[in-house]
Amino acid sequence: MRFLLGNSLAPENRAANYSTMASEVVAATAPKPRGGGGRFCTICNERRAALKRPKTLEQICKECFYEVFEDEIHRVIVDNHLFKPGERIAIGASGGKDSTVLAYVMSELNRRHGYGLDLFLLSIDEGITGYRDDSLETVKRNEIQYGLPLKVVSYKELYGWTMDEIVKLIGLKNNCTFCGVFRRQALDRGAALLKVDKLVTGHNADDIAETVLLNILRGDIARLSRCTSITTGEDGPIPRCKPFNWALNLLFTYAYFKRLDYFSTECIYSPNAYRGFAREFIKDLERIRPRAILDIIKSGEDFRISTFTKMPEQGNCERCGYISSQKWCKACVLLEGLNRGLPKLGIGRSRGLNNERNKDTKETNGTKALQSKQCGTLDF
Amino acid sequence: MACNSANCQSGCYGDEHSVKEDDEKRLPLPEYGVSPRGGDSNSGGLCIKCKVNETIAATHPAVTEGGGDRGRYCADCFRSNFFGKFRFAVTSNAMISSSDNVLVAFSGGPSSRVALQFVHEMQLKAQKNFDASRDRQLPVFGVGVAYIDESTIYPVSSHDFDGAIHQMELIVASLAPPAKQFFVVPTESICSHDFAAGRDRLTELVGAVSDITGKEDLLAHLRMQSLQKVALENGYTKVVLGTCTSRIACHVLEATVKGQGFSLAADIQYVDARWKIPVVLPLRDCLSEELNMFCILDSLKTVEAFQQPRSGINGLISSFVKLLQEENPSRESTIVRTAGKLTPFSFNRIPEVGDNDGHLATKRRQKKYNLKPNESLPPESYCLICNSPLKKPKSTNSNCFHDGKTSSGIYASTCSSCQYQILPKDPTSLENFFSLVPQSISALAKDSRDNQKLLRDQIQDCLLSDSDDGT
Repeated sequence: MRFLLGNSLAPENRAANYSTMASEVVAATAPKPRGGGGRFCTICNERRAALKRPKTLEQICKECFYEVFEDEIHRVIVDNHLFKPGERIAIGASGGKDSTVLAYVMSELNRRHGYGLDLFLLSIDEGITGYRDDSLETVKRNEIQYGLPLKVVSYKELYGWTMDEIVKLIGLKNNCTFCGVFRRQALDRGAALLKVDKLVTGHNADDIAETVLLNILRGDIARLSRCTSITTGEDGPIPRCKPFNWALNLLFTYAYFKRLDYFSTECIYSPNAYRGFAREFIKDLERIRPRAILDIIKSGEDFRISTFTKMPEQGNCERCGYISSQKWCKACVLLEGLNRGLPKLGIGRSRGLNNERNKDTKETNGTKALQSKQCGTLDF
Repeated sequence: MACNSANCQSGCYGDEHSVKEDDEKRLPLPEYGVSPRGGDSNSGGLCIKCKVNETIAATHPAVTEGGGDRGRYCADCFRSNFFGKFRFAVTSNAMISSSDNVLVAFSGGPSSRVALQFVHEMQLKAQKNFDASRDRQLPVFGVGVAYIDESTIYPVSSHDFDGAIHQMELIVASLAPPAKQFFVVPTESICSHDFAAGRDRLTELVGAVSDITGKEDLLAHLRMQSLQKVALENGYTKVVLGTCTSRIACHVLEATVKGQGFSLAADIQYVDARWKIPVVLPLRDCLSEELNMFCILDSLKTVEAFQQPRSGINGLISSFVKLLQEENPSRESTIVRTAGKLTPFSFNRIPEVGDNDGHLATKRRQKKYNLKPNESLPPESYCLICNSPLKKPKSTNSNCFHDGKTSSGIYASTCSSCQYQILPKDPTSLENFFSLVPQSISALAKDSRDNQKLLRDQIQDCLLSDSDDGT
C-alpha cells in the first residue's frame, strides 16, 4: 500500500487551527517557490484559491480540490483492487457527512471511470427518535439525488428491539455495545437481502486512528492487527472496504463546498462512549501535529503481531447461524439478555458490586463458560 | 462516524478487561478498597495476605498514592510483594549474574530511586551469602550509579545544582557497604572530550531541532548514549533503568502516534541488548503510583530538582494516560500488556554465554519461566539517531520513489519519525547537523554510506539521473 502522505489534503476549514498548526508545519515544509502570490490556485493558476493545504501551504481552488480528492480516492480504489466490474456494492449510508460523501463520490467515480458497479444505499434504522429518524430522511433524499436504490433495515424488524427501548431498559451504560454489535449484523443481513458482493463504509483516517488507539487501550491485539486493513471480513459473510481509510478528515470540507445534503448531529446516546476519550485525544493531537493521524495508522499497519493471534476460530452461531467464534454470536447473547431482563448478560466480566449478577449469568445462560472463555486460538 | 463500534464480528471478548465493559466512561471509583481485579472491598482493615497487620490505608492515612493496594496490604506485605516483582523480573530474565558490573541510571526520581534501592538490597544479600559461604565460589556483582547531567540544555542555578548533586551523593553513600561509585555525566561529554567545545556542539545540535517533541526525544537518545559511554569506559556490563509500567504505557502511545509501530516492541521488553552494554528494566511491572507509595513508606529520599515536565506530544500523552488511569486504575497495565503481545526482537533477551553451562542454564530458565526461545533474525539496520530497528523496504523499487530526496546515506538510515521530527529539512543544515552528532552515532553513518553506495549500484537502472536530487 502506498502511503499517500504527500497527497493528503487540507483538514477541515477551521480557522482557529491554522495559526497553531502553522509553526509546526512551516518548519516541516519544503520551501516551494510561490510565484503566483496568495490569490490564485497553485494547481490551475486560473481560479481563485479557496482553501489551503497545510502540508504544503498550497492554496487551491474548489475545483482542483474536488479533482485532487476524487483522484486520490480513485487511486486508492484501483491500487487496492477494491472492486471488480459487474459487482453489486452496498454503500453503508447513515445520512452523515462521511457516508453522504461516500455515496456521492462512489457514484461519480463509477460513472467517470466506468467501474461497472451496481450501487445501492443501505441504511440501518436503530430506532432512535430525534436522531435516526431525521438522518433517515436525509438518506431518502440522497436516494433521489444520487439515483441509488435504498434499502432500510431496522433493529425492530431484525431483533424486535429499538435502541430507544434498549436504552430504557439498560440506561446509558453499554448502550453503544448493543448498538455496535447489532449494527454489524444488520448491515450484513441487509447486504444479503440486497444480494450484494461487498459493503463499503465511509470510515476515514480519523476513525481508523481512533480504532487503533482504542484497541491498544482495551487490550484487543487481535482486532489491532486487522483494523488498519482497507478490506476486512473477506472470509466472512460479506467483505467490507473503506475507501476513505487514509483520507484525512476533509470530508467536511468536500461536503461543505459541494453543498451536499447531510445530517450532522452526534448520536444522542453516545456521550458516554469510551471512544470519546480517543476522539478527544486525537483532536488535541491533530492540533499539534496533523500528520500524526496517518502516523497512527502506519504504526497500526507495522505492529509486529504474530499470525497466530490474528484470527479467532470462525464458526456459526447455534441460534441464528451468523458467523461467530463462540457458540452464540454476540448479538444473540445480548438479545438473550434483553429478553430475559438481564441487561448485563454478555457485558464483560462484572466487577465488584456486580458479583451477584455474575453468578446469575453463569447459572442462567445456556452456553457453558461463556464469560470465562477466551476467543478460540488467541494466544493470551 | 459517531461511536460506530461496529467492529464486533465474532463473540470475541478481547482480554481480561473486556471490550464491552469499557464502552462507557466510568465515573472515578472510590479510593478505599477498590481493586483493579474484582471487588473484594476489604472492610476489615486487615492485610489480606498476613491477616495480622492493619492495611496501609489504616496505618498511613496520609498516604494517598498506591491505588488499590493501600486498602489490601499492610506495609510489610506490600513491601515484600513489591520487592518480589523486582526479583522475579531479574531472575526470570537473567538480568544480573554474579560476574556482572551493574550501572544503575539514577535521575533522582522515585522509579530510579527504588531501582537503586532494590539493586543494592540484592547486592547486599549476595554479599552476605558470599561472606557466609565456605568456598566463596560465586563472586558478588558490582554496582555503580550514574546521573546524566543535562544542565546545558535545561539550566539550573548552580546552587540548586550543587545541592541536588550533593543529595544524590549522600544517597549513594548511604547505600554502602558494598560501596558504589557515583558518576555525574554531562551530556556534552559524548560530543567532545573538551567540555567547552562539547557544550557548544550540544547546544548547536539541540538548537537545530525545531520540533519540541523531536528535541525532547533527541535528548532521550543522547541520555542513553551517555549512559552507554560511562558504562563502557568504566567496565560496567549492564545498565539498569528504573522504567516502570506507567512510563512504558506512555511510550507505547508515543511510539504509535509517531509512526514507530514497527520498532515499538524493541523498547518495552525487560531486556534490550541492541546496545553495546545491554539495558535491563527490572521495574517493568511496577506502576508509578506504587513506586511513589513505596518511597513514602520506606522513607526513600528522592531528588526532584531535575524533574522536567514533558512537553509537546509527549506531554499531551502523559496527561492523556493520567486521565485514563484515573478513570480506570488498570489502564496502564492493560496498555503495556497489549504492547507486550507484539513480537519482540532477537536482541530482546540477554545474549547467551558462549560456554555449554551457560547454554544449559538458559534452556532451564526458559523452561522454568515458560519463555519462548527466540528464533527471529536480527534486524538488518537501525536508525542512526534513535537506534530503532528499521523495517526493510518492500522492494528496491520503492527506494526509487522515496529516495529522491536523500543527499546522503542519512535518510536511508534513519526512521521516518526521526526524519520528520529531528532531522533538519534542507540538505546543508542536515549535513551540519550530522557533523555535530556525537561520534558513536555518526560512526555508524560511515558504514551506512558504504551500504548506500552498494544499494545505489543495485538500483542504478531505475534512477533517472546520476545525482540524488534529480539534476
